[in-house]
Amino acid sequence: MARTGPIQNKIMLLVCLPLLIWIAAFELLPIAGMLVMSFQDDSGQGFSLGQYIRAFTSDIYLQAIWNSLKVALISSIVGIIIALVCGYAITRLSEGFRDRILMVSNMITNFVGVPLAFAYMIMLGNNGAFTLLFQKLGLDSLAKFDLYTENGLLMLYIYYQIPLAILLVYPIFHGIREEWKEASALLGASAWRFWRHIGIPMMLPSILGTFSILIANALGAYATAYALTGSNFNLLSIRIAALVSGDIFPNFQLGSALAVILALIMLLAMFLNEWMTRYSRRRGL
Amino acid sequence: MRRSSQPVARRKEAGPTIIIAVLLLYLFLPIVATLLFSIAKDWQSSILPTSYTLSWYGHIFSDPRFLFAVLRTLLVGVLTVSLGLAVMVPVIFVLAVYFPKWEKLLQISVLLPFAFPPVVAAIGLIKLYSGGPVPLTGTIWILIAVYFILIQPFIYQSVRSSLRTIHAQDLMEAAEVLGSGKVNAFLRIILPNIWSGTLVACLLSFSMVFGEFVMGRMLVGGEFETVQQYLYNAMKVSGPSASAVVVTYFLFIFLISGIVLKLGRRKPGGYLAHPKPGGEDQ
Repeated sequence: MARTGPIQNKIMLLVCLPLLIWIAAFELLPIAGMLVMSFQDDSGQGFSLGQYIRAFTSDIYLQAIWNSLKVALISSIVGIIIALVCGYAITRLSEGFRDRILMVSNMITNFVGVPLAFAYMIMLGNNGAFTLLFQKLGLDSLAKFDLYTENGLLMLYIYYQIPLAILLVYPIFHGIREEWKEASALLGASAWRFWRHIGIPMMLPSILGTFSILIANALGAYATAYALTGSNFNLLSIRIAALVSGDIFPNFQLGSALAVILALIMLLAMFLNEWMTRYSRRRGL
Repeated sequence: MRRSSQPVARRKEAGPTIIIAVLLLYLFLPIVATLLFSIAKDWQSSILPTSYTLSWYGHIFSDPRFLFAVLRTLLVGVLTVSLGLAVMVPVIFVLAVYFPKWEKLLQISVLLPFAFPPVVAAIGLIKLYSGGPVPLTGTIWILIAVYFILIQPFIYQSVRSSLRTIHAQDLMEAAEVLGSGKVNAFLRIILPNIWSGTLVACLLSFSMVFGEFVMGRMLVGGEFETVQQYLYNAMKVSGPSASAVVVTYFLFIFLISGIVLKLGRRKPGGYLAHPKPGGEDQ
């Protein structure tokens, strides 16, 4: 390591000062403030667990938590399965083509929130191009698909999970060595048995890690759902935003308690990811 | 699949190509639909539009509200990114070269926005900065302040990996042995060598700022309309002009991704890094 004198040390730490102040003011203090507020009563006084009790006993907030978890789980599972299939297919392509697909995935990860919701409205909204097409073709059951419901929301979430999942899953396939496949083929295993007993189990920790990132990605999302149905669909993120900046009288304390619950679930998912990454690294993947 | 018992030879297989074709179709479908919608003159009851026009693009590009929204977003982007680089690059450099033990702290700070998504982080920010001694909500300043936090990961990742590829520690030691001061060496040797990584950070940050909706909505609202806010409002009024906005936004992202990819491929200016055996990867 490069050597430094004591005075230089001080000068260098001075370099870090603006960043420290910035992080404290706009990252740490707001989080601390939110934590404090979540333990206050409605008037912003005292110490109480009332907000958390309310969050876990009222039907509407329980349903919001449940809906958020459900949408996050389903979209992540579907997303990761599709990404695994596509990720494997990508490894079979030529290098130039592979780079291009990854670039496209990378680009499409930006296609979320308001633009995505809008694009789906054009396709599948009440007067959407596909809705009209299905009507013309007499496919009534498809034409009746309502985008502004949970299924519609799931469709959007799956759409934006897939490119991210591909970007995260694709490198995992590099851990599967060609020699292993050869060895198992020589020993008479079919491709299916190779993946069933060697490939997938080897990849599992990394897959779970990716899965937790997708869960966090879906739980924290707000713009997509908001752009699609306003505050109508009952998700945790929608509830939180409505409580602090909506049309109703704001309740920062309850909003904070819900936000803390959301943050805790996300932290849990991130720790799972960290843990799985370490685990798979130890196994040499 | 079952029959592919010739393991080494990577034969041309139809399966993967079909899968990827379906994937691309699926990913591009919403974008193509939006594009068609934005250039359709008459699209009532047919599968494809019957006639085309570019008038909606003319419409948004002559709408001062849209142009101002773009200018505002650009302004926020430029200010945030310049501040972010000015503050963060020296810190990343100092920590990476002289205080590697402290890097962990920076990494945690960089990761925090992932655990506290905008909708969560906004609560404390609204409470702290609406009214009180520093009323910032509803102004451009709060956006710059929070976007700075959100672009930290991009700047950290890009700059840190550039420092790694040029072996900044060795370069600094060499410079000092040759009698250069630390600041001089940083400005004249390190900075010119990490510019492409820094540029990547800038571009990724820009695409983040142009795509950000939640913070803008919750902290600033209608008082400072950014591109995403404009789109959200336009969406309710006029479908075609909103779709022209979406397509324009997507072209912008496409352009940025292309440049990032180009930059990612080139080696830092003329410097040939010798990979250390068993050394740092990535």
